[in-house]
Amino acid sequence: MRFSLSRTMSDLKVYGRSSLRSREGFFFTLVFPVILILLFGAIFSGGGVSQSTVYVQNNDTGPVGAAFVSALNSTSNYCSNGSSAGLCLRPVPMDVNFSQYLSSKSASDGIVIPANFSLAFESGQEVNVTVFGNPSSTTSAVVSGVVAEVVNGFNVRGAAGVHHVGIASRTAVSSNYKYIDFLVPGLIGFAALTSPMFAMVNMSSTYRRDKVFKLLSLTPLTKTEWLLSKIIWYVCTTVVSFILMTAVGVYVFGAHIALNWGIGIFLLLGPFFFVSLGMLVGTVSNTPEAASVVGNLVTFPMMFLSGTFFPVSSMPKYLQAVAHVLPLYYMIDGLNEVMIYGNFEAAYIDMALLLAISVVVFALAVKFFRWRED
Amino acid sequence: MPAIEVSGLKKKYGDIQAVDGTSFSVEEGEVFSLLGPNGAGKTTTIEILEGLRNKDSGTAKVLGLDPWASGYELHKRIGVIPQGFKFLDYPTPREAISYYGALFGKKVDPDELLRRVILDDASNVWFQNLSGGQKQKLGMALSLVNDPQVIFLDEPTTGLDPQARRAVWEVVRKLKDEGRTVMLTTHYLEEAEELADRVAIMKHGKIVAMGTTEEIESRFGSGQRMVVKGGDDLLKYLRENTRLRAEGGAGEVTIFLRDKADAMVALGAIEESGAAWEDLTVRRDSLEDVFLKLVGESEGIGEGGE
Repeated sequence: MRFSLSRTMSDLKVYGRSSLRSREGFFFTLVFPVILILLFGAIFSGGGVSQSTVYVQNNDTGPVGAAFVSALNSTSNYCSNGSSAGLCLRPVPMDVNFSQYLSSKSASDGIVIPANFSLAFESGQEVNVTVFGNPSSTTSAVVSGVVAEVVNGFNVRGAAGVHHVGIASRTAVSSNYKYIDFLVPGLIGFAALTSPMFAMVNMSSTYRRDKVFKLLSLTPLTKTEWLLSKIIWYVCTTVVSFILMTAVGVYVFGAHIALNWGIGIFLLLGPFFFVSLGMLVGTVSNTPEAASVVGNLVTFPMMFLSGTFFPVSSMPKYLQAVAHVLPLYYMIDGLNEVMIYGNFEAAYIDMALLLAISVVVFALAVKFFRWRED
Repeated sequence: MPAIEVSGLKKKYGDIQAVDGTSFSVEEGEVFSLLGPNGAGKTTTIEILEGLRNKDSGTAKVLGLDPWASGYELHKRIGVIPQGFKFLDYPTPREAISYYGALFGKKVDPDELLRRVILDDASNVWFQNLSGGQKQKLGMALSLVNDPQVIFLDEPTTGLDPQARRAVWEVVRKLKDEGRTVMLTTHYLEEAEELADRVAIMKHGKIVAMGTTEEIESRFGSGQRMVVKGGDDLLKYLRENTRLRAEGGAGEVTIFLRDKADAMVALGAIEESGAAWEDLTVRRDSLEDVFLKLVGESEGIGEGGE
């Protein structure tokens, strides 16, 4: 291969400068992500968390179940103090149907400890605490957060850090604490998707129409170098979006975000994939109009169904199935794992998947996109 | 070795034979022009030579290289301005030249190059804000970054105002003075006459005439003609009393002259006829007359793509 990093960097310099000079490029790279997070953050995080009642059904007769309930109580017993925000736990008798009980109280938040809880915990078997919640309500996120903390405590106390107690969500709750916490990774994914996809799809057709590709083919610049420079550029813009959105999320809306190297991996892989995909999509169509139609067909489902604005787990099962074939889902899921849960093992799978399809799509893009015609 | 060698070149798009067995060669240092209406196959021919398109059959060699197979090598030694040159919207001419210099791994002085193409007055203007002529001049500057031996210009002045056109011509003449080989396509006769050492006229993918403009005029033109305003009586007198070929119509009589003696005979006969006449002129076919004759009046200003 006649690869030259200096040619790549020269191309990057020209392209980056052009992007910053173009108003649309500047807007979509730097301004739009901030607007998005301010808008969605304000819509869903406004008003703060108020006091809410959580129903707890302990079906376990052993000591561990009782300990679990008291642990829950110790973290969140605000029933006596009506003025402060927090959770108020209400016990539910063992013999009633929990779902019906919840609806009879017009409540959506609840925790069920299974009958075999003590037995299973002591014998080291895996067991789940079920959390009921309404994904559109902020209190549900708080409930699941609290339960997660308690479960963690139990797991630490259990044998050698083995995770015996898990959480099974009912209806849905995948984010910790607050909506804003998962909105930040979601919107980072959104930025990593939209900005390169729209730019590349548009570029692939207008460059062809204006014969810019032909012009470039007459220089020593190779397709790989050219595409790589776009990837580097969009990694940079995604990192900038990440910094801006995280700053707004944390300082304006009080998001809880863990910073670690895992985020960096996704900030690399996301643009790598979407720049390549945009280029590949752009090769399919000959006119800018057709290209934008095909581009939208690919982009829009991903934009809404991958967990950008709403958690995937809150969607109906058939849409969740759709989400699982959308590459953006793995980026956002991975970001959620590393930024919120610090669950790197789950994130490794997302990284591996994303890397694999990125390499494939990059190779296809380089193969199918032509500088010149036969 | 000629700079450009083409023989039996063919290229078909679907049912259309865009280039149909053209052959020509261009010597080093020569300015060669492909002239023809739109759709004659000029751009296809030049793009094959630039390595932008593959040929169907025949041979095409530029500086001894096959443009399609050895494009990477060739492109270091040629300069190209595609038809309707466009670049990215935002770089300035100076930035664009530095960019090209970096791509080619050549040290270039952007200001010096901009002076050469007479664009130093707009060196810091974004490309999208340049005028048509300035854009075209930037195209020329970019094509010169790698100090090319052969330069291809595909309709370099189409859509430019006369002033910008002359500025481009001036640059092309400089290129020739520097000893570079230039191949250009155009559908402006004037441009070919102004710039080219030799011209090839293309029609339907074939070269129908080739040579210097004088050669083409004398070979395909009708020679000297005497044209005089006069009626049928004059025509009748000339036909009956001389051996000259004469044609009439629309109040004009045209007498075809083979040599100087014919001219004297014609003058004498006109005077002797006693018919009314005025506005006597002697002219010969211009390149335009030949061009229109060869490609057909209707196609002189053609339609359709290349």
